[in-house]
Amino acid sequence: MSTTITFIIDEVEVKAQKGQTILEAADEAGIYIPRLCAMKDLTPFGSCRVCTVLVNGRPQAACTQPVAPGIVVENNTEKLLNIRKNIIEMLFVEGNHFCMFCEKSGNCELQALAYRLGIDAPAFPYQFPKREIDATHRDIFIDRNRCILCARCVRASRDLDGKNVFQFIGRGPEKRIAVNAQIKLSDTDINLTDKAVDVCPVGAILRKRVGYKVPVGQRLYDHKPIGSEIETR
Amino acid sequence: MEKPKVATTSLAGCFGCHMSLLDIDDRILKLIELVDFDKSPVDDIKEFTGRCLVGLVEGGCANEENVRVLQDFRKHCDLLISVGDCATMGGLPAMRNNVPLKECLEEAFINGPSVYNPSGKVPNDPEIPLLLNQVYPCHEVVKIDYHIPGCPPSADTLWEILVALLNNKPIDLPYELIKYD
Amino acid sequence: MSKEVATAVKTICTQCNNDRSRMMDIVRAVQEQFSCVSDEAIDVIARQVSTPRVEVESTVSFYTFLSKTPKGKIVIRLCNDIIDRMNGFDVIANAFKQELGINFGETTPDGKISLEHTACIGMCDQAPAALINNVVVTDLSSDKVRSIVKTLKETGDPQKLVSRLGDGNNANDLVKAMVHNNIRKKGDVVFAFSEFTPNAGLEKALAMSPVEVINEVNTARLRGRGGAGFPAGMKWEFTRNAESGEKYIICNADEGEPGTFKDRVILTELPDRLFEGMTIAGYAIGAENGILYLRGEYAYLYDFLSQMLNERRRQGLLGTDILGKKGLNFDIRIQMGAGAYICGEETALISSCEGLRGDPKNRPPFPAQEGYLKNPTCVNNVETFCCVVSILDKGAAWFSEIGTKQSHGTKLLSVSGDCQSPGVYELPFGITVNELLKEVGAPNAAAVQIGGPSGQMICKDDFNRTICYDDLATGGSVMVFGPERNILDVVDYFMEFFIEESCGYCTPCRAGNVLLKQYLEKIIDGKGEPCDLEVLQDLGETVKTASRCGLGQTSANPILTTLKNFRSAYEALVKKSKDGMQPSFDIQAVLQESQDIAGRKSVHFS
Repeated sequence: MSTTITFIIDEVEVKAQKGQTILEAADEAGIYIPRLCAMKDLTPFGSCRVCTVLVNGRPQAACTQPVAPGIVVENNTEKLLNIRKNIIEMLFVEGNHFCMFCEKSGNCELQALAYRLGIDAPAFPYQFPKREIDATHRDIFIDRNRCILCARCVRASRDLDGKNVFQFIGRGPEKRIAVNAQIKLSDTDINLTDKAVDVCPVGAILRKRVGYKVPVGQRLYDHKPIGSEIETR
Repeated sequence: MEKPKVATTSLAGCFGCHMSLLDIDDRILKLIELVDFDKSPVDDIKEFTGRCLVGLVEGGCANEENVRVLQDFRKHCDLLISVGDCATMGGLPAMRNNVPLKECLEEAFINGPSVYNPSGKVPNDPEIPLLLNQVYPCHEVVKIDYHIPGCPPSADTLWEILVALLNNKPIDLPYELIKYD
Repeated sequence: MSKEVATAVKTICTQCNNDRSRMMDIVRAVQEQFSCVSDEAIDVIARQVSTPRVEVESTVSFYTFLSKTPKGKIVIRLCNDIIDRMNGFDVIANAFKQELGINFGETTPDGKISLEHTACIGMCDQAPAALINNVVVTDLSSDKVRSIVKTLKETGDPQKLVSRLGDGNNANDLVKAMVHNNIRKKGDVVFAFSEFTPNAGLEKALAMSPVEVINEVNTARLRGRGGAGFPAGMKWEFTRNAESGEKYIICNADEGEPGTFKDRVILTELPDRLFEGMTIAGYAIGAENGILYLRGEYAYLYDFLSQMLNERRRQGLLGTDILGKKGLNFDIRIQMGAGAYICGEETALISSCEGLRGDPKNRPPFPAQEGYLKNPTCVNNVETFCCVVSILDKGAAWFSEIGTKQSHGTKLLSVSGDCQSPGVYELPFGITVNELLKEVGAPNAAAVQIGGPSGQMICKDDFNRTICYDDLATGGSVMVFGPERNILDVVDYFMEFFIEESCGYCTPCRAGNVLLKQYLEKIIDGKGEPCDLEVLQDLGETVKTASRCGLGQTSANPILTTLKNFRSAYEALVKKSKDGMQPSFDIQAVLQESQDIAGRKSVHFS
């Protein structure tokens, strides 16, 4: 029995395997659906909502919604682009994103999405929250100012590294990433070979002493928008 | 025909955006053909002499003088442009925004590890503009017509935007010219 | 940490079989014993139940009734709901502050009493009200506050505050609450209990096949009474048809929608019917396990409900071979919550039952396939289970004759606010708002919030609309506002509520509601411009469309429905800035701190 199904994304017929998410199917078809929390090899999480699409008219996160035969998915519409723009701007004003000195700049997925969506400056009022930095570990640091609560590190540590270095504490606007120790990252069993170290889409979890190594002009998103790698497939 | 006028200022900024403007190299000769400069550090005119088409504002508002100058720019300029990350989001100076003001001043003038200040006091001369409780991006103080992010925005970006505005054309920058760093 | 504490925490864990999924019971017990769940306690718990400590911390930090830092042995939680605010919250709050000599969020210097705010505690019909540990005090006045604080200081025992008992089972020895039922109108389905023979519904159900029971519920077209209105029979069918796993029935008694308290009354007066309904569901679905998820605010009912469960076990109505039917096994345990509105969302409720943070889960898989501990799970509202009993007893045809063509049966409405008779009304679907207002004694109502903050605020023009699933759907909260109330202040409070109660999982709800409130307050302060109304609309629609669960998807409703129905209230406050300045930028306010520090006035702006 064939497990291949077809459905529509923005008037394009797309083939997919049963059990795939809309996002995975779209990727394979060369259609980019913007996303932040979703990442290959990580359990879908559905928190950033950047990949919100309309499935038969109903809003769904493409990263958690499975494909189904004949569904009609709207992705690149004015309404959805506006929603994504709003969400990206929310993330920018919710944290403290000082791109000008961030090591991740140029390789940051949040920044790259803002570029792709043509955001010159977020219009919402900046919140300037007070957030903690943890530089206790010899080789890795956490800057919560930049954290967008996507849980990539939580999932990578748990599912790929077989550890549980990260988890969230608090709720609502006070929600923060925490480590599996009373206070500091250096008291956890994280180490440099962990997958969790390199999955952060922004500059919240970084390796020490390797920042700014790639010169401006050669970074991931200096010349081509995020998603081009999927669209040119 | 009289040339349109441009004014520029640096509020709580580092003048880096002005440097970037100078980086347009020989295109500056073309620029001088296109516009006259009014109030600006470029020509050292201190106060507005008349109405301007474009105001370029570098830096956010960190103190009362910044606010006064910005409001003055709004009053005199048809189009007001936030230039650079400090103007659009507060930039580096805004790093103080989650530290209480008093703590900030004491760290800077009394307690900081490299501070030499035998008086042990925070300078408080009437000539020194009072700081705002935090640093504000320009658009939270006055209406801003265009935002050019970057630290600094590249010379090409500034040039493209200026030329478009002066020719009354829509601003349509290529992907590579809008960057936050 | 002392050895005794470690031992005590260990004992608590052992009593819960060191079962990670019983984390809520463990941390609640630790909190109760030590007035906090300290870092050290978290370490002990983590070791005992073999889970990463950060997972324990994650759960503890999620619920408002749990804390890492020590609270007083007595915690006073004053309800700051909008109805309480309308009934003198400020005066009561000040009285507490004055009598205790502390602010909200603080503990008395002797470490004995903590003072806190809390969201709706289900007492809007007798507001202002507070929870003092598990004791409910209602109809507060400054005099009452004085005597409450005096008693607490003298005795250290909140139970001593209980003087005149409430009506019905509130006076039961195991409840002993000063709460009043305020049942104002008894309808045919739920409150007509005197006309029903106890357990007749269950007996009739057992005479049918499980599929026939589901068919009966389907024929009656019973829809969920919690607010979402999903057909109950379909939910049962999906769960019954799920292939793998032990099946679970969960009753959602996490009645947290501000302004609703009807489940409180059912739990107090009709727990037997509720448990009967759950048992019928268990039989129909093929589940042997039931969980009653009881909100932390209703902890005063815990002993009573446990006793009712014991009684049913004794009578052979729970346990094995129920009513002599071989192989029919079903039992119910009570899971206590710990202060989190989001846990009323069914998948968040399941997370909480599993001992996790109350984060909603991604769907699919739906609970019917993968719910509690990945087992097929059916979650229904308290009232829904009660309706089931009546349907099985009197038949789907009888039920279908009540209400409207599309919405069968009755609805319990919790009415509060500016009306003569706040309380619970059981009325057939199809009643108009006008008729309801007449019933409750609110001839001057200017606005009615139907369905709580997550519902809609309607104006006079809409008072001829009907309460039913196709028009004004509601979980039961009806708040009445008189002409003297400022609607935007009400909206502002509702936004504060959603910010407090958002789990923070998804961006639009976590960050969007904060921004919505800021724009709203800018308008309320007279610093808004017409374009801010567009921002509110646009941002509100983003939050509504892109949020992950029902909380976020409805959290912008206070703004979106008032922008539509009370537009003039907004328009009267906004005006366009003519000079290009931002009206919201208040130079005097932002210079104040600096002027205070420098001890001089601004040169530029004086």
